[in-house]
Amino acid sequence: MSFILDGKNIPFKEGDTIMDAALNADTYIPHLCHDPEFVPHGSCRVCLVSCNGRYVSACTQPAVDGSEVESNTEAVNSIRRELVAMLFAEGVHICPACEKSGSCKLQAVAYYVGLLTPRYEHFNPPGRLDASHPDMIIDFNRCILCELCVRASRDMDGKRVFSISGRGSEASLVINSESGKLGDSLFDVSDRAADICPVGALLPKHKGYEVPIGQRRYDITAIDGAAAREPVKKSGKSDD
Amino acid sequence: MHSATNMPRFDTEHVIPFVDSLVLSANKRADRLLQLLVEIQTQYSFVPDQAILRLAEQLAIPSSEIRGIIEFYSFLHLVEQGDFQIHFSDSVIDRMSGSKVLIQQLCDRLGVSPGEPRADGRVTVSTVSCIGMADQAPAALVNGYPLTKLDSKRIKAMAQLIESSTPVDEWPADFFLVSNNIRRRDLLLAAPFQEGSALSHLFKTGTDGILDKLSRSGLRGRGGAGFKTAAKWQMCRDIDADERYVICNADEGEPGSFKDRFLLETCADDVIEGITLCGLITGANKGIIYLRVEYRYLKQHLEERLARRRDKALLGEGILDQDGADFDIEIRLGAGAYICGEESALIESLEGKRGIPRNRPPYPVTSGYMGKPSVVNNVATFFVAAWVATKGGNWFASKGTAESIGTKLFSISGDCRYPGIYEFPFGLTISKVLDECGASETQAVQVTGPAGNLVLSDSLERKLCYEDLPAGGSFMIFNKSRDLLGIVKTFSDFFAHESCGFCTPCRVGTSLISDLVTRVHSGHATQQELDQIQIIAEVMNTSSRCGLGRTASRPIMQALQQAPELFTHRGETG
Ligand SMILES: Cc1cc2nc3c(=O)[nH]c(=O)nc-3n(C[C@H](O)[C@H](O)[C@H](O)COP(=O)(O)O)c2cc1C
Ligand code: SF4
Ligand code: SF4
Ligand code: FES
Repeated sequence: MSFILDGKNIPFKEGDTIMDAALNADTYIPHLCHDPEFVPHGSCRVCLVSCNGRYVSACTQPAVDGSEVESNTEAVNSIRRELVAMLFAEGVHICPACEKSGSCKLQAVAYYVGLLTPRYEHFNPPGRLDASHPDMIIDFNRCILCELCVRASRDMDGKRVFSISGRGSEASLVINSESGKLGDSLFDVSDRAADICPVGALLPKHKGYEVPIGQRRYDITAIDGAAAREPVKKSGKSDD
Repeated sequence: MHSATNMPRFDTEHVIPFVDSLVLSANKRADRLLQLLVEIQTQYSFVPDQAILRLAEQLAIPSSEIRGIIEFYSFLHLVEQGDFQIHFSDSVIDRMSGSKVLIQQLCDRLGVSPGEPRADGRVTVSTVSCIGMADQAPAALVNGYPLTKLDSKRIKAMAQLIESSTPVDEWPADFFLVSNNIRRRDLLLAAPFQEGSALSHLFKTGTDGILDKLSRSGLRGRGGAGFKTAAKWQMCRDIDADERYVICNADEGEPGSFKDRFLLETCADDVIEGITLCGLITGANKGIIYLRVEYRYLKQHLEERLARRRDKALLGEGILDQDGADFDIEIRLGAGAYICGEESALIESLEGKRGIPRNRPPYPVTSGYMGKPSVVNNVATFFVAAWVATKGGNWFASKGTAESIGTKLFSISGDCRYPGIYEFPFGLTISKVLDECGASETQAVQVTGPAGNLVLSDSLERKLCYEDLPAGGSFMIFNKSRDLLGIVKTFSDFFAHESCGFCTPCRVGTSLISDLVTRVHSGHATQQELDQIQIIAEVMNTSSRCGLGRTASRPIMQALQQAPELFTHRGETG
């Protein structure tokens, strides 16, 4: 079985999503909340593609034999550009001052879709930082609610350290501990959840700028380049 | 008429035993969490910290997740609300009927600010989205019991009753009068339903016979999406599974809609028989009514109906003495979230979680409640199904149009003389409906709530049917004195308030739109901002994960397209 993605033939097997098939075929579809190791989530929406003329999220949509999928087109990228701009507007992202700069997926996807200037009035939420943990720090204003740390801690570390609270624009990441602080939780720097954050919300302490800016992951290779791609593992899938 | 009792003050000593007894009665099932939280909230007017920690321990759920659920639902609170919780309905219709002034009057009399508990723990006055009383607005809830047709006199009396700590069950009964307001009857409301008639037909003709009647009747879901009911039931029946569920969607969150409230109150037997019919046809043993917490006052009435039907062998084991015809129904409460009307969010909520819609596929008919095939239908869908099973598909098809067969219940409110429930055949023009309900000087009609369609006075010959204007529950009328942009703003604020917050375009987009529409309304929007609204709308329509985000920009976009003069005028004067 196969489908056409931007003119390229992409084979897939039963049960694959469009994203699974594309990643297996070494073809990049932008994504922020997806990681092949985890159950698909579908929250960021930047993996939007047009499948037979219908907009769907590639990370959750089962691939269909013979379908025609458009991803890297101006029509699709222009929507992604707005989505990324919305994420920037909602949080506080001062890229030049961020330890993650250069290896941040939000920043890299912004480059990929050609988002160069802010587009919306910023929400400017009040600063919220948790530095209580000896090894890690959380800046909640950089969190894009992708829930990768939630899934990693729950499904791989077996700890349920993170969850989401609230509704709508009040939705926010929260920590499971008596004080609500990371330092009082079961979280450990060796957890899978510790190195899953696609942005600079969940960062290691004591490692400030080990790799100079300019030589980081997406500084060297754009996010759609082969070297920047995650290895394809599927251990998080329920059918495994 | 209602046996309302005042709630006891929060008492530390009793919290743990109370929580323990609840947990025990729920068999320690984590999926009952939301129901337990609603019970605790009802008991104490909030969910105390001790209760959260105890639940966390007993159900093995992190306390942060329990708090996360409380913060998701409008009727659950982490802070004590007091002996009297007043929730004013805040729909556009309530506002048009003067609710804002009444809220202010009550707050002034009681010396409170909206949403903030009074220091002495006596009372909290707050607002919630539409409580389903638009035909008797302005309305509010006191400790869960609806107060209708509020006016200054009543507000004054309420303030006195609160100050004198009079228990709610001693308040004047007429404060709590909920009228049926049936204004027009057709096929379905003409005569009372004969209990058990649909079920007897089922045992006579078999499941295929009933499914055939249902497809002939052309019945399509009354909850919004308009999916063919016979096809849904058949799909669920034909899937190989060890368990199945039937879920009645009684979340009725669409502002201006009250047909489900009317049916549950007045035609409960018809609805319950429809649910039972679906259970027996699909092979489910269990039905669940997801009742929005705003309708909690109907729970006892429904429980009594269920009990009566069990006595008459119309529910439970061996229905109508048929071997293996086992089906029972349970009522579960929501906790205040419009998104829980979306079927997959509803199922998440039934499983005790935050009401976040699921990725689809799979759809509920293949993998729904507890991962089992589940039919989710609107209250009115079950109601019609029971009648069609009894009277036949051709009977129903004697009315309506080719694509929109039969009749439909409309909840009509706003600027007209006779707001209430109207049963009309499909295909009527808007102007005919306006005539029947005594509307004049009509400027606009909002059909099917904020996510539906705005119809201006130049398009009143449009027809209410799937071929033209798909009609949901709500039909709100605005006369020429109304501020149309103000109405659009109310709708935009509603979506921002009710977005579940899961996906980027809806979480951020509804907030952005609500801010921009506020600027438009105050006359300060620039052309660039108007353009931005269009871009955000396009992004939300194409990339949102569920129907809420995909329709949330409709009010402002339809106003821009249909009434551009509203915007140029604003621009000039601003
Ligand atoms: C945001 C949103 C809110 C909804 N609210 C309701 C509701 O309150 N009641 C309802 O029956 N359906 C509601 N629906 C539709 C349900 O998802 C579902 O389609 C319906 O319950 C199916 O029943 P039906 O086929 O009988 O219409 C809503 C859908 C969306 C997207
Ligand atoms: S902290 Fe990082 S990984 Fe966790 S939800 Fe936020 S952005 Fe995602
Ligand atoms: S569209 Fe809105 S309501 Fe639906 S999943 Fe996204 S955020 Fe939630
Ligand atoms: S990667 Fe698909 S929605 Fe985020």
